[in-house]
Amino acid sequence: MSEHVIELRSATKAYGKQTVLHGVDLKVRRGEFLTLLGPSGCGKTTILRLLAGFESPTTGTVLLDGQDVTALPPEDRGVNTVFQSYALFPHMTVYDNVAFGPRIKGVGGSELDTRVMEALKTVKLDGFAQRKPAQLSGGQQQRVAIARALVNRPLVLLLDESLSALDYKLRKAMQIELKQLQRQLGITFVFVTHDQEEALSMSDRVVVMNAGNIQQIGTPREVYEQPENLFVAKFVGEINTLTGTVCAVHGDGSYDIDLFGHVIDLRARRSFAVGAEVSVLIRPEDLRIWREGEGTVEDLADLFPGTVEEVIYKGTTVDLIVRLTETRELLSTTQFFNEDDASGSLLDYRIGEPVHVDWVHGWEVILPHE
Amino acid sequence: MSDHALFKRVAIGTIAVWLLLFAFAPNLMVVIASFLTRGESEFLVWTPTTDAYARMLDPLYLHVFWNSFYLSAMTTLLCLVIGYPFAYLIARANPAVRPYLLLLVIIPFWTSSLVRTYAMIVILNTNGLLNTLLQSLGLIDEPLELLYTDGAVIAGLVYTLLPFMVLPLYAAIEKLDWRLVEAARDLGARKVRTFASVIIPLTSPGIVAGCMLVFLPGLGMFYVADFLGGSKTTLIGNLIQRQFLSARDWPFGSAASVTLTIVMGLMIGLYLLAAKRANAKVEV
Amino acid sequence: MKGLGRGAYLALVYAFLYLPIAVLIVYSFNDARYSLSWQGFTWGWYESLSQNDDLIDVALNSVIVALLSATLATIIGTLGAVALYRYRFSGRNVLNGLIFVLIMSPEIVMGISLLLLFVTMGLELGFTTVLLSHTTFSIPFVVVTVMSRLSGFDKFLIEAAQDLGATEFQTFRKVILPLLIPAVVAGWLLSFTLSMDDVIISFFVTGPDFEVLPLKVYSMVRLGVKPEINALSTVMFALTLVIVLIAQSLLKERK
Repeated sequence: MSEHVIELRSATKAYGKQTVLHGVDLKVRRGEFLTLLGPSGCGKTTILRLLAGFESPTTGTVLLDGQDVTALPPEDRGVNTVFQSYALFPHMTVYDNVAFGPRIKGVGGSELDTRVMEALKTVKLDGFAQRKPAQLSGGQQQRVAIARALVNRPLVLLLDESLSALDYKLRKAMQIELKQLQRQLGITFVFVTHDQEEALSMSDRVVVMNAGNIQQIGTPREVYEQPENLFVAKFVGEINTLTGTVCAVHGDGSYDIDLFGHVIDLRARRSFAVGAEVSVLIRPEDLRIWREGEGTVEDLADLFPGTVEEVIYKGTTVDLIVRLTETRELLSTTQFFNEDDASGSLLDYRIGEPVHVDWVHGWEVILPHE
Repeated sequence: MSDHALFKRVAIGTIAVWLLLFAFAPNLMVVIASFLTRGESEFLVWTPTTDAYARMLDPLYLHVFWNSFYLSAMTTLLCLVIGYPFAYLIARANPAVRPYLLLLVIIPFWTSSLVRTYAMIVILNTNGLLNTLLQSLGLIDEPLELLYTDGAVIAGLVYTLLPFMVLPLYAAIEKLDWRLVEAARDLGARKVRTFASVIIPLTSPGIVAGCMLVFLPGLGMFYVADFLGGSKTTLIGNLIQRQFLSARDWPFGSAASVTLTIVMGLMIGLYLLAAKRANAKVEV
Repeated sequence: MKGLGRGAYLALVYAFLYLPIAVLIVYSFNDARYSLSWQGFTWGWYESLSQNDDLIDVALNSVIVALLSATLATIIGTLGAVALYRYRFSGRNVLNGLIFVLIMSPEIVMGISLLLLFVTMGLELGFTTVLLSHTTFSIPFVVVTVMSRLSGFDKFLIEAAQDLGATEFQTFRKVILPLLIPAVVAGWLLSFTLSMDDVIISFFVTGPDFEVLPLKVYSMVRLGVKPEINALSTVMFALTLVIVLIAQSLLKERK
């Protein structure tokens, strides 16, 4: 048994002159929930189809459980897919849909019945066996599709944008359910989505993709807090970018960075030379807003003056868009309600109100300017 | 009367009156005529009877029916066997060439079947293309008597009716949600299994429609039997034609027509059943 | 290799569909009455066609019936399709059903049923009865062609027209009809072809004084294969080809 249940080795896929996958290497660990995240056309679905066997790579290999399956057709691979459109057979009942795979494997009689009903029970649909797919709601069809795949006890379950057809509330509920299901069954899930929130909340690891290349692989926390490049930073959540120049190198990863006149001592994980242009990235929730006469101002160099341009009330947070006085750049910030502030009056910002902005140093990410 | 009501009435009225007069009434009259008696000087006499239907059980006529059904069924089967892979390949062809491939089927579809049947004579003639070809290849010494056989009738029917099989099949296969085929493969079904348990059931409305469009005209195309068949080849079409034009037995001709219509009705029932089974579409 | 096999199969079936017609066309230019072997190119059979006054008359009959029946069927079928699409009225399903029955009816059944009707009505078999019959079997084809275009319509276009104050007829005249034109013209062309090619129904509903082209061809073929028939068939095929190509290009437009 190899440690990696799936391995893609320098897989390339081209359709005519158009290359949609540029030599991708990917290893999926046994039992993990791995999400392929990226904008449409980034190649994530292509990877899924390579794994399922619907496409074969132009160059490169696909390994399943250590075996080279590059040339194997989909029916001979121990993986199953939950399709985006569910692809339930409309002419069969729910039961027959779920029984389709086992029947092909020659399972019959009471064993078939047990397995099908067990799979339906897993997705809480044991009362719907004799319905036709058209008689089910979207969420129920989704569950049938999952049961139909799981009943085959696949090595890996592939899910292709499987939740995107559901409405918001149902999608949230299914996310939790899928995650629980995966933990309970211990099956490896490879999930494709373009929804970063979905990716972060469900996965053990996230693979961020763009334009046929893998941008970063890491835990949700890693890709969110330590993006390796600007694409990942911007695609995974909202982020503010300030452009600056390195004006001094202190060693041990500490730099003086000049942000339009504010020289700030920041730490970076990468090394930069003096004079290098850098992007300083700060998440909206990491920005702090100081109102006129509020708090104690210790070092004015760390504070950026601005005016409130827009106030967006979101229930649990208040989002502000602040225009910086010096560069006219817009920053978006998220302010959480404070438990001491029962009336919420502390967050009663006015449009046009002058404020100062800073952040807790160390929560920013510094990348070379692109 | 407001303009709204006027336009609506004219639009509905025109087609309703036309169809009632020229589609509903005539068919009703055929049914009525089939229960009447033939007259000496008139075509029909108002004496109700089921004689016409009883006469159809005459072995002579039963044989005609049987023979016609047989020829038509063979034609349908051949069209299906040739047409399904053909339609499948067109439906799965590169989208850039697909319209042209389809057009090449549509042209014969609209071409006069008389002209096409005639073309078949030219091919099957004693000194026609096929015999000449076989002789020059040294496969036969004497020209074969290809014309005036049941085989020639089937060949002619297949030739003229093949497009009527291919077009509905194409429509059904092209409409097929290919992800269902992928799903079947994903669940472990090999090609044959996928074809039998997913593709065939889901394209069954096309199969039934195609069979209907071949089988029913196949019973009636009397000129194909006239041109290509032997003296003993009689289709239901020839039978009906003779009752109306030479034998002057309208009740009997009508009864044969009614029978044909009932066969049609049964096949439509089958079609609706197939469509209902296959079209239980997944709502997303 | 798989691709090659597929291509070969397609080619084989296309050859089956086209070879007989191709042979027919080639023979129509062959300068020999009985021989199958190529005796040189000639326009002779076409010339003898053009000098056959009887045949010209019959062809003219066919063209007149086709023009008139196609026009009538197009008017009735277009109005009917719009009515069936726009309005909910009692008997709508009956109308839909009748159209379906007309499409599915074996031609021979339609032929004798119309014959019965005309004889009962006391109509003399000839031009009028052929015209009425051809219009009848063309109507469903127009309805289906127009209907398929209508169902691809943005419903709000019609509502927008009415919102802007158009009456029912103005909506039809200024919005629906212009958008339908390609389908209407295609429907007309296909009706014309159907009428020009019909054998079975004409066979029953025409009288001795009014002959149409397919029936003439039918009786000519019964008398034996002659090169003139090759030429005539070629002309009929060419006519169909042109009409179908135009109709198809109209239907494909703005898809």
